[in-house]
Amino acid sequence: MQSTSPNFTQNAKDALQDDPLQAALAKLTDGFPIQRLEAAARLPEFEDLRDEARDIKTHVLENLDLYLEAYEKKVVESGGHVHWCQTAEDARETILKICQNANAKTVTKSKSMISEEIAVNDFLEENGIEPVETDLGEYIIQLRDEPPSHIIAPAIHLSKEQVADTFRDAHTDLEKDRPLDEPRALLEEARAKLRTKFLSADVGLTGANMLIAETGTNVLVTNEGNADLTNNLPRVHIVIASIEKIVPTLEDATTILRVLARSATGQDISVYTTFCTGPRQLNDLDGPEEYHVVLLDNGRTDMIGSEFHEMLRCIRCGACLNHCPVYKSVGGHAYGWVYSGPMGAVLIPNLIGMEEAQHLPHASTLCGKCESVCPMRIPLPKMLRRWRERQFKAELGSTRARWALKSWVWLVKRPRIYRLAMNMSVAILGQIGFRGRFKSLPFAKGWTSKRDLAAPTGDTFLSQYHNGARGDQSGELIRRGGRK
Amino acid sequence: MSNNTSPRVGLFATCLVDLMRPVVGFAAVKLLEDAGCIVDVPVAQTCCGQPAYNAGDTSDTIDIARQVITSFENYDYIVVPSGSCGGMLKHHYIELFEGDSEWAPRAQAFADKTHELLSFLDDIMKVSLTGLKLDATVAYHDSCSGLRELEIKKQPRALLNAVDGLNLVEGTEAETCCGFGGLFCVKYPDISEKMVDAKVDDIVATGADTLVAGDLGCLMNIAGRLQRRNIDIKVRHTAEILANMTHGPAIGDPMDDA
Ligand code: SF4
Repeated sequence: MQSTSPNFTQNAKDALQDDPLQAALAKLTDGFPIQRLEAAARLPEFEDLRDEARDIKTHVLENLDLYLEAYEKKVVESGGHVHWCQTAEDARETILKICQNANAKTVTKSKSMISEEIAVNDFLEENGIEPVETDLGEYIIQLRDEPPSHIIAPAIHLSKEQVADTFRDAHTDLEKDRPLDEPRALLEEARAKLRTKFLSADVGLTGANMLIAETGTNVLVTNEGNADLTNNLPRVHIVIASIEKIVPTLEDATTILRVLARSATGQDISVYTTFCTGPRQLNDLDGPEEYHVVLLDNGRTDMIGSEFHEMLRCIRCGACLNHCPVYKSVGGHAYGWVYSGPMGAVLIPNLIGMEEAQHLPHASTLCGKCESVCPMRIPLPKMLRRWRERQFKAELGSTRARWALKSWVWLVKRPRIYRLAMNMSVAILGQIGFRGRFKSLPFAKGWTSKRDLAAPTGDTFLSQYHNGARGDQSGELIRRGGRK
Repeated sequence: MSNNTSPRVGLFATCLVDLMRPVVGFAAVKLLEDAGCIVDVPVAQTCCGQPAYNAGDTSDTIDIARQVITSFENYDYIVVPSGSCGGMLKHHYIELFEGDSEWAPRAQAFADKTHELLSFLDDIMKVSLTGLKLDATVAYHDSCSGLRELEIKKQPRALLNAVDGLNLVEGTEAETCCGFGGLFCVKYPDISEKMVDAKVDDIVATGADTLVAGDLGCLMNIAGRLQRRNIDIKVRHTAEILANMTHGPAIGDPMDDA
């Protein structure tokens, strides 16, 4: 997908003017975060589980090659195939080839962020194969030809009225004025449409929430059950997953499952959790005849050992988006690529390049809320700073801002001259700001365009203090401090 | 009250307090002295280096950090009337010197004795305030770094609750970022506006007539937006109230309003 990340500033402006989007985002604020809080409160060991989950992934990343090999061995033993793909292009080609070998006309898909990352839908279509998204949110955005705006709720930016319009435009075989006011009606309609697709699909393409090395199993978590129909009904099941999705054992997988849904939606566990191991076995009643795993690197191995190493612990729960005040202001599309929010701001520059995504690490107040809710305890603000550092070294960004910073640093490093400069500044600002604040200041437009700027209230604290001033002591008599 | 056992405190006033709001510096000195500390305000102080650090200029930040550590490391305590500068001194300096055999231990020792003002008064000096009176309905804004990097939450509330007549009210979004974020607010003014508006709405909903916090950056941002929206809520640093230095103008108010 072509990114619009370089236009972040404009994207954000547009998003702030987009009323339906703002209404949808306002709902997000009251939803997931509160549900997460309640779910965590119901589970006394939640914080300990976060530590455990973090440690599992930390251990995996230190031994990734080992676990990947063990995983591959198990997949092959169970009759499946593993395809190692270094780039998005490799992965697309591999998937296409498997589909072509299966003479596939239709591919059903359950939600997969990796499939968005490699933009496989467009590619399959170009090659005469129809991809059909079966997660309701993904189905909606596929009809609208939009990227997901949230990693677990891809159509969260839309109102139900917008969805109804989309369905009316797309499902032209149905009566034009059918009632579509209720979410239920929308769901029924999508379900009916998808049912025929499920039955006619030749290949089912799913992602994986985890890959288990011990058993060669992929884990799928959904609330709609669509993944089960996608992996069970077609003759061929393809799993597309990035290499860091590995966990050592079933036990580890369940630990991570315990923090995943709670962090994401505040559910104790998602409605469907599916474990798929290989193709249909001798005594199985159903299941695919072929089972393929497309293991994608796409920049991950470069992250290993780098300052972004810890990002590879991410389990794509979406908590950092749900709690991010910037995400909640502008939504996911403003970030301009597949991922969004704090995890996106760290990940996107790794995947599409630092220059292309240079805005994203700056579009954060570093408030730290994301890190405080991340089940894998990923230090997201720290990594945003690391991107800023790399950018600064590479001299990206505005030269003016750079020079302003450099001049300020020059002063800060010279306390005596700094003192003189500050004393002069407050004298001047104090003169023109005698009304207590500025409505506008030419050199502080970014600030005064949105808010007043308090004026300095006199000489600097240090010069007053060292001239013997001690502030207003008139309250002395009624105030007494002391040790408890 | 001071004697030989009194702790010697170096006050790091912060560049914003120094420049924009000296009363916070005076309030800090008063609170510390009343708590029994011997306070010094070294002249060799400028800024903690946060603007450079957050802009990715690490090598200059390291120079600034060395300068701050050198000027302050001989005090028993270093006290800062700001959560974000406190977080910088206490946590980020350590990150800056990771693996540096000379400076890492110095940064660590410096960090160990550095405290944000309100948490220092409550956690370390175990101050109890008496005889304070202020008739005001006060909302407290938890600044992000103070809350999440330094775990400042109970301390300022405990101290404020000791003020007679002061009714402390809680916004439901007290812990949500106000949209300041240093250069963020001038780089992305529209997003920042949206965030500070949400903050302002939350404060208004509490019915407070005064907003306090421990960080001048947040305070100037929120005050500036309240004033732009013509909402009459006074904004002050927590220390001003606790030091009974509320006779002067609130943030952004004209002098003659006092
Ligand atoms: S970074 Fe953490 S909170 Fe964000 S999606 Fe990944 S695991 Fe979830």
